[in-house]
Amino acid sequence: MQTEMKAFLRRHGLLAGFGLFLISVALSADAFLTPGNIFDVLRQVSITGVMAVGVTFVVITGRLDLSVGSLLTLLTVIVVDQHNTSGPAMAILITLAAGIGVGMFNGVLVGLVGLNALIVTLAMLSFLQGLVLFYSGGSNVNVQNAQTTWFAVFGRHDLFGVPVPALIFLVTAVIAAFVLNRTIFGRQVFAVGGNETASRFSGIASRWTVFWAYALSGLTTAIAAVIMGSRVMGAQNTIGQGYELTVLAGVILGGTSLLGGSGSIWRTVLGITMLGFIQNGLLLLGFPYYVQWLVTWAVIILAVWIDLGAKRGRILA
Amino acid sequence: MADPILTLSGITKTFPGVVALDKVSFDVRPGEVHALVGENGAGKSTLMKVLAGLYHPDAGEIIYQGQPVQIDNPLAAREKGILLIHQELSLSPELSVAENIYLGAWPTNALGVLNKRKLRRDAQAALDAMGCSFGPDDRVGTLSVAMQQMVEIARSQAFSANVVIFDEPTASLTDTEKDQLFTTIRGLQRQGVGIVYISHKMDEIFELTDRITVLRDGQVQGTVTTRETDATAVTRMMIGRTLEAYFHKADSTFGEEVLRVDGLSLQGQFEDVSFSVRQGEVLGFYGLVGAGRSEVVETLFGVRKADRGTLQWQGAEIPLPTPRQAIDLGMALVPESRKEQGLVLMMGGMENTTLPHLASYARSTVMDRGKERATFDEYKDALSIKTTGPDQPVSTLSGGNQQKFVLAKWLCAGPKLIILDEPTRGIDVGSKSAIHTLIAKLAEQGLAVIVISSEMPEVLGVSHRVLAMAEGRLVGEFEGDAMTEENLIDAVSHHLARPAAE
Ligand SMILES: Nc1ncnc2c1ncn2[C@@H]1O[C@H](COP(=O)(O)OP(=O)(O)OP(=O)(O)O)[C@@H](O)[C@H]1O
Ligand SMILES: [Mg+2]
Repeated sequence: MQTEMKAFLRRHGLLAGFGLFLISVALSADAFLTPGNIFDVLRQVSITGVMAVGVTFVVITGRLDLSVGSLLTLLTVIVVDQHNTSGPAMAILITLAAGIGVGMFNGVLVGLVGLNALIVTLAMLSFLQGLVLFYSGGSNVNVQNAQTTWFAVFGRHDLFGVPVPALIFLVTAVIAAFVLNRTIFGRQVFAVGGNETASRFSGIASRWTVFWAYALSGLTTAIAAVIMGSRVMGAQNTIGQGYELTVLAGVILGGTSLLGGSGSIWRTVLGITMLGFIQNGLLLLGFPYYVQWLVTWAVIILAVWIDLGAKRGRILA
Repeated sequence: MADPILTLSGITKTFPGVVALDKVSFDVRPGEVHALVGENGAGKSTLMKVLAGLYHPDAGEIIYQGQPVQIDNPLAAREKGILLIHQELSLSPELSVAENIYLGAWPTNALGVLNKRKLRRDAQAALDAMGCSFGPDDRVGTLSVAMQQMVEIARSQAFSANVVIFDEPTASLTDTEKDQLFTTIRGLQRQGVGIVYISHKMDEIFELTDRITVLRDGQVQGTVTTRETDATAVTRMMIGRTLEAYFHKADSTFGEEVLRVDGLSLQGQFEDVSFSVRQGEVLGFYGLVGAGRSEVVETLFGVRKADRGTLQWQGAEIPLPTPRQAIDLGMALVPESRKEQGLVLMMGGMENTTLPHLASYARSTVMDRGKERATFDEYKDALSIKTTGPDQPVSTLSGGNQQKFVLAKWLCAGPKLIILDEPTRGIDVGSKSAIHTLIAKLAEQGLAVIVISSEMPEVLGVSHRVLAMAEGRLVGEFEGDAMTEENLIDAVSHHLARPAAE
């Protein structure tokens, strides 16, 4: 009985804690559970959410992608700048291509060459931040015809009363979940993360699996950049700063293991959304905005701790 | 007769969907070797994990040295003097021998700083008591499997164990190493240590043990005195029927040549290996552990890259394949180590089974779970695999049932050549003979089969032709009447006796 209780808490403890938190915030801040606020949170969460969907693939292969924060900045700058010069359609295409390209570059280094994922993507984080400044010459860019462009759809409009970015998040998640759970590629991602040697003995080109996971992560970050650009109608040189950690926190809060081999898109969606509501709730309770950094820290440590404990077999205690 | 040092009574342990142990009673006396036998999944390892504090029983009592005790965790078990030598070795390869022996119980000074000198001295004493040839500072990763096992057993000296449990200790040992292990066990026995010995090998059990307890589906079938029984009787208790004692050799007509290998070499592993195998033929590879047999077949399968050598597949010369190409050609390799090379432990049996053949279980790129399920069901029955369902993670299956999934995953695609590297390691007697029969059946269906085994009777029993290998070279080929134990031993030992300079 006691062990069951413990097992339950370990599995659903974070979720239960979150439920309690929601209830207490709702009781003390009237604005919290209003449709307006909920949609705000969803709008906010959709950017990190879309990114986290791609990063989930990388994490399940047992690797990390910390470059997505600067990549988001770079791609947002690109989409806004290109919008002014080449028009929205072209801007979006270029952005998606650039995102996939950077993802593939990570994929070559980590997957094909076999370098350490943490180092490669951390270095890429720095490199891309530099590239942003080269590209923008240090100045912020803004969409010139912000009031008239159809580019506004992605970040600002509603469809059937729901914010479009939230719908994009949902559609991305549905497609990604399908790819991960039902396709050959998805199965390979789990296999490589679970046991790379056994995957090779089973004829799986594990290095290419890793490569494509990074490409996907680049693609989803590009989609997030389109939403970001459209929402802000401009881009500062630091717009994506720190996003890599928020994304990672969401992924592991959902319960996808950093050790690879297990996880799911829906868990990531849940994790990222929970994180969004926690941060929003703290703001509404009157905490300054920067507590969100502390929350990110706490979430990462807690989630990793629980994960490791489970892996080491302490579930038996 | 001495009173038991340890008595288990009414131990029950359930996992979701299985009763692994059902009111099991068992005891160990000081100075005896007590065998625990049973089919794969019978509950042997689970029972011992209860003793070692890894699992907590749902019901039942453990009496140790006359007192009821509760064993909370492995360290507590060790400190009480109960030591489990795992089925799969569980040392940290990066740490030294001394650090591993005392893992979790390192001596420290008042400030909590590791007392290296004491650690080394105590470890050295334990190693000396066992007559080990390596030192406390050696890194465990550099030791052979047998030596690693000695490190685990050295804990029995370090913690003055009263009960030592061996879970299938000889699965990856050579004959000489096995003899050393038996000497060590007899030494422990003389010290008055009570020993539990789990094995699927009847000859070992009858050589070593005093009593035998048979488990079946989590229940004790009975405990007998070894001197008063025989292998047939024990097998019947285990599986409920008698086994035919002979090997069933494939009665097949040989067809076309499937694979021919010429001058295959890999620096430091093997030299100039040439052989061929035909449809319907079972080709055996005999050699000691470390002879290079696994390396040869891994190279054929593309997991390792050869330096030199050519390959002919069904009469046509082909470049050395990648694993994917090898599988697509129709090669299958059941690798030596199921946990590292054979299975993705977090996945269920079904996903493991179809892993090498994803494209054939998909419509365009979408997995067809219905088709996967059909294959899973087919092989679960065919190999009588004990599992609660297609998604039970294989990490929670018994060792032998894991091995069966490795077989299933390579049989299900209908290969033309199947290479089996130690296919019956850790498999119970009933299933073992089922696998031998399966090998014969496959050959009769026209497959070419290569079997690597360190068990002489197995190689001789199932093969039409046997190659002997030693130190990376083929040292003999035997067919028909020349296939005898003496000839194989001669070939291997002759080679080993030659001066190293050659
Ligand atoms: N952690 C677990 N979760 C779920 N089921 C388990 C777990 N551990 C063991 N089992 C189940 O309990 C049963 C007994 O397993 P156990 O490992 O004790 O068998 P065994 O007798 O040691 O077999 P083998 O000879 O193959 O090693 C099996 O059906 C196994 O699947
Ligand atoms: Mg076992």
